[in-house]
Amino acid sequence: MRTPDQTLDEILSLAAAHFKVPREKLQPDDDFFKTLGINSLQTLDLLTRLEQHFQVELPDYELQGVSDFRTLAGRIQTRL
Amino acid sequence: MLNLDQYASLGAALRDALDRWPNEVCLIEADRDREKTRLTYSDFKETARPLARALEDAEFRPGDRAAIIMTNQSKWLISAYAIFHCGGIVVPLDYKLTAAEHLLLLAHCEAKFLIIEYHLWRALTQSPGFQSHEFKIALVTEAPPNADLSGAYRWEEFRRKGDPVFVPRQREDVACIVYSSGTGGRPKGCVLTHDNYLEQCKSLTTWYPFWPGVRYLSILPTNHAIDFMVGFIGPFVCGACVVHLRTLRPEYVRDAFVRYKITYVSLVPMVLKNLERGLQAKFDELPAAKRFLLHRLVALNKVLTRRRPRVGLSRKLLPQVHQAFGGELLALITGGAFVEPSTLQFFYDLGIPVANGYGLTEAGTALTLNDLKPFRADTVGKPLPGVELRILNPDSDGIGEVAVRSRTVMARYLDDPELTAETIVEGWLLTGDLGRFDGRGHLQLFGRKKNMIVTEGGKNIYPEDIETVFDGLPVKEYCVFAANYLWPAKQLGQEYLVLVLRLEQNQQLTDALRQDIEARNRRLPDFKRVARFVVWDKDFPRTASMKIKRAALADEIGKSLDRAAAVGL
Repeated sequence: MRTPDQTLDEILSLAAAHFKVPREKLQPDDDFFKTLGINSLQTLDLLTRLEQHFQVELPDYELQGVSDFRTLAGRIQTRL
Repeated sequence: MLNLDQYASLGAALRDALDRWPNEVCLIEADRDREKTRLTYSDFKETARPLARALEDAEFRPGDRAAIIMTNQSKWLISAYAIFHCGGIVVPLDYKLTAAEHLLLLAHCEAKFLIIEYHLWRALTQSPGFQSHEFKIALVTEAPPNADLSGAYRWEEFRRKGDPVFVPRQREDVACIVYSSGTGGRPKGCVLTHDNYLEQCKSLTTWYPFWPGVRYLSILPTNHAIDFMVGFIGPFVCGACVVHLRTLRPEYVRDAFVRYKITYVSLVPMVLKNLERGLQAKFDELPAAKRFLLHRLVALNKVLTRRRPRVGLSRKLLPQVHQAFGGELLALITGGAFVEPSTLQFFYDLGIPVANGYGLTEAGTALTLNDLKPFRADTVGKPLPGVELRILNPDSDGIGEVAVRSRTVMARYLDDPELTAETIVEGWLLTGDLGRFDGRGHLQLFGRKKNMIVTEGGKNIYPEDIETVFDGLPVKEYCVFAANYLWPAKQLGQEYLVLVLRLEQNQQLTDALRQDIEARNRRLPDFKRVARFVVWDKDFPRTASMKIKRAALADEIGKSLDRAAAVGL
């Protein structure tokens, strides 16, 4: 079982790889819309990538109102 | 389709539709690649009537208001039908709003009945203002078996045996209250009558008909005026089928086109642009010879469809493109926000007609639509049958405010006679949008007269609604504007919000202040955020009651500062 910090770290690495930005540029409390320069549709792409990695199903609504990696990690952690 | 002139209400028309096409499929609901529900009109009736009866037994009375807060799914439409059957008023609320915003609108519309998805209900019950709101009945869909429902009932179990009494309504009775904005300050609840909807439906289906066998993919939220009309009322009164997807992931949306052989779909510009990018990327990956051939075929299709769409021919010329959309797509419907003409042209050149239109919630659904005779990417089309449009006070270029008179125009704003009187003048609805007609009767839009933006996702954002997030900001005063309101651009698109700051005497714009602004901005949903800010060096003009004179301030800023003075946040 992953710890919350591990989950968060893996999300940051996956997001960096998926959107081709240096990993060190991403911080847990970053607004991913701004840091990654993506729109809400592209965040759904990220969600799919995270589902594949963590082997969980994440309904679209889990992203509603979420804009930072830490909160996203929290939502995923509860489903692991 | 049903002859809508014969009906006095949506409930009556829908009731007859359920009997007219009992064996046709009316609803398909899929979650990713799993089909969850498939209902014929007869099944729909059998599901909705016990709910209507249970509402009746729960003393839901004609004219009572029931709010629906749900993502696109079959229970949305079943619930709406049950409410109409009982003579009630549907209040569709945007499921993407926050719980606090939902509570504000629920209080404003005084809905005592609520139908809501479990995860949204959970958020609502945890919101600080929840205790002060009393619901007579709250129905929660898809709640886990042991969930604490905080006094709500399970939608799935809220059913009673026996025939529900059908309550007839008149054309002028209220059918829906639809909020066009106002979550932060002055809620704008558009009161729409049965006449508004029936006339809109008749008008839209004249140009874009539905029939049994047509499949409409419902992606836009059903609370949105467009999906409510073309993803519910329109298909149902024609015996067509609505396909709901519980996810908006692009890969599943693409699959749904093929799996369900979709005929029509409505898309916001953001999704349309995304589709264009995806297709373009695929074209770019083709080997050079195939790419060359594709470009020649697209060019040929463009010539052959110059005067009118010839979908059958286009499907033969570009079979792979059309198969990717299921092979039966007749048109993409778009509107509500600015779409780049190049995007519209891209799809049309592939043989996929795009019904680009213009409308606003206050006027039902759509006012103008591309009639495809011929296709025009540079306009929002011609007025629909029954819609009169006028350009008020045109300037030397013929550009002025668009005003509309039509039976589709709302009755009023809920509980706001002052705003109603400002908006509907002598029977004409003032849209606040700037436009002109070209020589062929097509409407072209050039921006907005009002202080608001429409996002790529089709959301109306009024700056006044988001200002509360900056309450307590340590500056002398502040105000939020739409950039194109400060600096009229005579164009749509590239709309964003600007925060205007008036600092205290000797106060500096420090990093701490910037961080404070950024942190507050982040509390807003991404589509509502302020994009830029400017520092203004004069006190804001105010009324006797100390309200900011926004128009005067905007005028002064627009004349004194250049657009480039606004700094990115």
